[in-house]
Amino acid sequence: MEPMASQWTEAPHSMGTTIMAVEYDGGVILGADSRTTTGVYVANRASDKITQLTDNVYLCRSGSAADSQVVSDYVRYFLNQHTIQLGRPSTVKTAGTLVKELSYQNKSFLETGLIVAGWDKYDGGSVYGIPLGGTMLRLPFATGGSGSSYLYGFLDQAWKPDMTHEEAEKLVVKSIALAIARDGASGGVVRTVTVNEQGVERKFHAGDKLPLFYEEIAPRPSPLRAH
Amino acid sequence: MTVVGIRCKDGVVLGVEKLISSKMLLEGSNRRIHAVDRHAGMAMAGLASDGRQIVTKARGEASNYRSFYGEEVPIGELCDRVAHYAHLCTLYWWLRPFGSSAILGGYDRDGPQLYMIEPSGVAYRYFGAAVGKGRQAAKTEIEKLNLTDMTCRQGVIAVAKIIYGVHDEAKDKAFELEMSWICDESNREHQRVPADLLAEAKQAAKEAQEEDMDAD
Repeated sequence: MEPMASQWTEAPHSMGTTIMAVEYDGGVILGADSRTTTGVYVANRASDKITQLTDNVYLCRSGSAADSQVVSDYVRYFLNQHTIQLGRPSTVKTAGTLVKELSYQNKSFLETGLIVAGWDKYDGGSVYGIPLGGTMLRLPFATGGSGSSYLYGFLDQAWKPDMTHEEAEKLVVKSIALAIARDGASGGVVRTVTVNEQGVERKFHAGDKLPLFYEEIAPRPSPLRAH
Repeated sequence: MTVVGIRCKDGVVLGVEKLISSKMLLEGSNRRIHAVDRHAGMAMAGLASDGRQIVTKARGEASNYRSFYGEEVPIGELCDRVAHYAHLCTLYWWLRPFGSSAILGGYDRDGPQLYMIEPSGVAYRYFGAAVGKGRQAAKTEIEKLNLTDMTCRQGVIAVAKIIYGVHDEAKDKAFELEMSWICDESNREHQRVPADLLAEAKQAAKEAQEEDMDAD
């Protein structure tokens, strides 16, 4: 029994994950699932993988939980200093560049795929994908994590440019729900964060309220619910 | 030697009255205006070699910022860094302060800006600035200009007139006018004023001088 237990308790925390960010007309929407695993054990079924870097820039984290947290801590620190020195909010591009530099220069040590997204007054809503090797690419939408594999075909067909906020949010929630359905390492709830000129809005989409797909069974009241 | 800089509504114009010390000098040599980055330029007054050192420092800072933050350095930030360095050289006994002031002109996302960094390390943002021998007269002339409504094209002519105006024919030798601009017309890139516009400016300045001389 001992070896099995250590597999659960000592394996590094990994966020199997599905993360994505989409640019819409006026801002960006970031979305993520909420499953953090150690091996096959779900260490946290309601984790928050969307981290704040500044008032106007947020980060989706995937891969090693430790690595992604450390990178985001460093970048938050640099951006904080930068904002003070500059006297105005940092741009999303700057945030992305800092994340990229850390990812690239430490590529042999890190295992984390990140998506930086936010709003600034110069470029409006922007999404930057920074996958494992430390490359940085500005995209109209980006996906990451193990669950993203199941979304390529879907998004090829479903994504279109210049969506409204409602359309974009529906797309994000549906995408993550699809990935959760197929990817064992993704699950839980769907969290979304909208960033635009007016500010930031966090939303929570409960797991049992997500749309159902092929062969999925509707959730039923849990027999565990004590009365 | 006088250096003048003005901030017009669509950009910045820098001009230098470069005194020619010898007829043997090739025209266009001994440059006083240097590009610091694509979107910023610096004109030096005073010791030329000290000025070059400041420019080198500014170029390094601008390049460094670009590598680190992925964007062109905001002009105010660049000015702060150069001023910091100039001030550093006033703190230790083994260093001497820089023997030149720098007029920094640039165009970033917040619009065109003009700064002047003095040897003490003090730096301010200006609408118009002048350093060097003829600065008092130059400043008086600049104050008469309506810079908020002036385009850089007009600004080039105005700066040329000012520099020709402050040049002391009696005491100083011949001079060469060196000018640069960074404006919408130059696609926000720091560059030497195009030859045809420079010629036009020189012509206008010479005519203005003659007019003044004839007036009684």
